[in-house]
Amino acid sequence: MTRQLLKGNVAMAEAAIRAGVEAYFGYPITPQSELLEWMAKRMPEEGRAFLQAESEVAAINMVYGAACTGARVMTSTSGPGISLMAEGISYIAGTEVPAVIVDVMRGGPGLGNIAPSQGDYRQVIHGAGHGDFFPLVLAPASVQEAVDLIGEAFDLAEKYRTIVFVVADGSIGQMMEPVSLPEPRPPRRERPDWAVGGAEGRPARRLTSLYLKPEVEEEVNLRLVQRWQAMEANEIRYREYYLDDAEYVVLGFGTAGRVALSAVRAARAEGIKVGLFRPVSLRPFPTEAIRDLAARSKAFLVVEMNGGQMLDDVQAAAQGQVPVRFYGRMGGMVPFPDEVLAEIHALVSEPPTPAEAPRARWLAQMVS
Amino acid sequence: MTVAAPTKPKTTLKMVYQRPEALADTPTHYCPGCTHGVAHRLVAEVIDEMGLREKTIGIAPVGCAVLAYDYFEFDGVEAAHGRAPAMATGIKRVLPDRIVFTYQGDGDLASIGMGEIVHAAARGERITVIFINNAIYGMTGGQMAPTTLPNQITTSSPGGRDVAVQGFPIRMSEILATLDGAAYVVRRSMHDPANIRKAKKAIRLAFEAQVRGLGFSLVELLSTCPTNWKMTPAEAMNWVRDNMVPAYPLGDYKVAPELQKLRV
Repeated sequence: MTRQLLKGNVAMAEAAIRAGVEAYFGYPITPQSELLEWMAKRMPEEGRAFLQAESEVAAINMVYGAACTGARVMTSTSGPGISLMAEGISYIAGTEVPAVIVDVMRGGPGLGNIAPSQGDYRQVIHGAGHGDFFPLVLAPASVQEAVDLIGEAFDLAEKYRTIVFVVADGSIGQMMEPVSLPEPRPPRRERPDWAVGGAEGRPARRLTSLYLKPEVEEEVNLRLVQRWQAMEANEIRYREYYLDDAEYVVLGFGTAGRVALSAVRAARAEGIKVGLFRPVSLRPFPTEAIRDLAARSKAFLVVEMNGGQMLDDVQAAAQGQVPVRFYGRMGGMVPFPDEVLAEIHALVSEPPTPAEAPRARWLAQMVS
Repeated sequence: MTVAAPTKPKTTLKMVYQRPEALADTPTHYCPGCTHGVAHRLVAEVIDEMGLREKTIGIAPVGCAVLAYDYFEFDGVEAAHGRAPAMATGIKRVLPDRIVFTYQGDGDLASIGMGEIVHAAARGERITVIFINNAIYGMTGGQMAPTTLPNQITTSSPGGRDVAVQGFPIRMSEILATLDGAAYVVRRSMHDPANIRKAKKAIRLAFEAQVRGLGFSLVELLSTCPTNWKMTPAEAMNWVRDNMVPAYPLGDYKVAPELQKLRV
């Protein structure tokens, strides 16, 4: 297949079009705006709906409306936009309609900055909104992987009637890489049997997230948990590098995982038996695979572009079987491979003790 | 739910009044003297008369009409508070040949949903909005609304709305009529039969505007809330006439030329 040099945001937009997305609603925010701009140009060419909403609040509610018709629909934004979308995300989850949301993460909190970050991890794995629900969260580490995951995201959203987040960071969104785009899939014509669209020759359908009777709302919640269990059983995704004989394991997702891979390769060249475990599905989280690794390795090093948000999940998965160390950069800073390599060296020269508090040790190192 | 066939009277009398097909055979939860039931019926009659029932999608608000989708016999969805125009936009943009309308109260449309309604109108979104203005928050128990009149007592303005502190009422029809995307914006009242007939005609024209693709259409309906106004139904009707109509003048604020010559 032909490879093209494409910017991440553009590649994700075109991947969505080729996956048959029928409607896009969004609001400009750096570092994702090229995604919206590509949609503004290409969606009308394909005869599909594009609209720049007046706010992220409106955008997600437009997504909600379109999703209720059974159309393939998406939006994209960055952290501040996810915060505004939290309301609509929860309604979409409560109504059990599928939607795809791309979060191109930037430095925060607050207005933060527009540099790459992974600070929205906790926000997106809980779906940002109120109530009990479980969004599927996929994290690419390259433009090609982002393209591939966008295509999958729509199928998964429809399979489980769920929200699927694709969380890239500013560097995935902004950098250009060679990519192979998939063949275009035509938009689906037939609508699912729950969708609204006019009660022509059938009883009226109602889609709502309102269940005034607690016993009925509990049934809905239990159904959401059941779907979540199915996702946990079927949709765990991760990548393993040099783990077969690894004594030390570096864990990181997205860009942090990719930077860590360079460090792992450099350490391997020095003869250190180290490998990389890169979660691709952040929810469901690859808990069991990490637990198995914990049972057969000497130490973990978690690398993130935040203050250790995934670290908590890794520690929960490891169940104290292995000492864990942490290295993170925050506020839009991206670690260099050399920084991670230095941490790998330290892992070997000063092995962590089981009693070591990874975040406290890292913080002391950062603020000294 | 299934629709019961209208019962045929066992007399030779002519049927002159029955439940519209678009109105579900479901008892509503509305209070005695509340005009939501009247507004629902008018919408259902218009949809029947225009033959739109099988292509209509209604959007319920957050407020007393939150369960409106259960009271109509066409497809319906339930929006987040104030977001019905955005949700309607999402539906209409992917199904442009369907009829999409929102049904919103004054808190929903003129307070929390101010952004969504203004931008839907500005875009000329081809949707219809039924705007119920009763100058109070009904469902949450009678708090001050953006349309609460000066000195009107509510549970959150217990000494009466003090405009020096709580600001002034908002006249939505007048605001929205200034936007180029609006094709039809009118205010009517439901406090007596003559006004109810005028309200129905306005609802008909609003849906005609949508069918003809003319742009955004909205009918503001001055309505009652006897429970939270602490009045009898009859007193509430008179209160609309004596207090609301002077503050919210009835009239046509925007009527597209194509609708001006239309006879319905």
